Amino acid sequence: METERYSVVLFHSMSNALQVEKLLKGMGMAVKLIPVPRQLSSDCGICLRFDRRDEPRVKATLEKKGIEIQGIHPMSR
Amino acid sequence: MIYLDNAATSWPKPEAVYRAMDHFMRHTGANPGRSAHQPSIEAGRIIYETRESLATLFGIGDPTRVVLTSNATEALNLVIKGLLQSGDHVITSSVEHNSVMRPLRAAEKRGVEVTVVRCMPEGILHPPHIEQAIRSNTRLIALNHASNVVGTLLPIAEVGLIARQHGVLFLVDAAQTAGCYPIDVEATSIDLLAFSGHKGLYGPQGTGGLYIREGIESSIEPLKYGGTGSRSEHEYQPDFLPDKYESGTPNSVGLAGLGAGVRFVLEQGVPEIQEREQELIRFLTDGLRAIPDVTVYGDSDPQGRVAVVSFNISGLTPSEVAMQLEEDHQIMCRPGLHCSPMGHKTLGTFPQGAVRLSPGYFNPNEDLERTLKAVGKIAAARARC
Repeated sequence: METERYSVVLFHSMSNALQVEKLLKGMGMAVKLIPVPRQLSSDCGICLRFDRRDEPRVKATLEKKGIEIQGIHPMSR
Repeated sequence: MIYLDNAATSWPKPEAVYRAMDHFMRHTGANPGRSAHQPSIEAGRIIYETRESLATLFGIGDPTRVVLTSNATEALNLVIKGLLQSGDHVITSSVEHNSVMRPLRAAEKRGVEVTVVRCMPEGILHPPHIEQAIRSNTRLIALNHASNVVGTLLPIAEVGLIARQHGVLFLVDAAQTAGCYPIDVEATSIDLLAFSGHKGLYGPQGTGGLYIREGIESSIEPLKYGGTGSRSEHEYQPDFLPDKYESGTPNSVGLAGLGAGVRFVLEQGVPEIQEREQELIRFLTDGLRAIPDVTVYGDSDPQGRVAVVSFNISGLTPSEVAMQLEEDHQIMCRPGLHCSPMGHKTLGTFPQGAVRLSPGYFNPNEDLERTLKAVGKIAAARARC
């Protein structure tokens, strides 16, 4: 798997994750909700995976909507 | 059967509601937001979309401000129990449902002061009476949008403005109006909006919700604490919405149905539904008023009310009338006090109550024609005794 291609956004809540998934999909980005990688958080939740090249657009959308996040992390093996 | 008890629970539901619930049970099924597998995410998505549709309906910018509850009663309890503290003062009206009155009376025992502003016998509330009742320690004004006994609309826009000017929080109980009367939380200065899902929003029983204006949640304790699927590493309740108030596995199948119901309302359009219900109520009240020995309660102007009408036949108790309507005419209505003893005191119908007819968007005119004939027959038979 080419995990180098992806980064993930960790949210505080499931609702925010679903909200942003819908927004980014609406903008034509290929995003996917996946389990939070163990090394990033002990939280049992989900995070949103996106193509690293889309990072500026993802950040701009989060800022525009005023959605607080736990963080953005590159995916690694 | 003629079903005229939509003020208690609407029935039938739009076809899409049955389909959404059946589909959820057969094909989604999982626990929303607890696991990260696709059916769990899909369940979360369905609930998020319900939240989003509700936000669209009520003019709420951020869907996460909508907390989903099991009914309007839970939403009202959440605010009254979670917000008010000893020494706080709260103002309400004399046409409230027990879902507001009982938690308020319980709060009184904790040292909360309660003022009940009297409405006119038609259920009409004069906003200046609310303003006159405001004190330095007034924390909350709690009003229903329309009385579940007589259907009279309360002037929430005017009261919202008064509340805003005095820095008092404004809680609206929209159990009777959500879905059949326009509601915009911004235009009417509503800080907290409680609604039920199983009436005008066409969801199943066991669904409802509460809108909480941003910032107020820091003053409202949750009604329940527990698992939220978020911040699992912490033993303390999350402080953000909606998780702060949504512990435990939700009624996902019910919320799938509610989402379909709200989307039906959005597709039809609230003004369209309102117009149809006003037609029904005008026809029904005009017809009832024309029957000798029948007393109709509430505002005579159909613009000032929702599709709820209460009446009595002189010489008969409400339960006798309801029994005859069901047994002889297959008409389902609701007699008695309608969980609002104070509302009936306001109308002057306490303790016997009244017969309540509440038609819905799906009743054809013919249902009401047959109902008027039936009431006419019952009244005429009584007059001959």
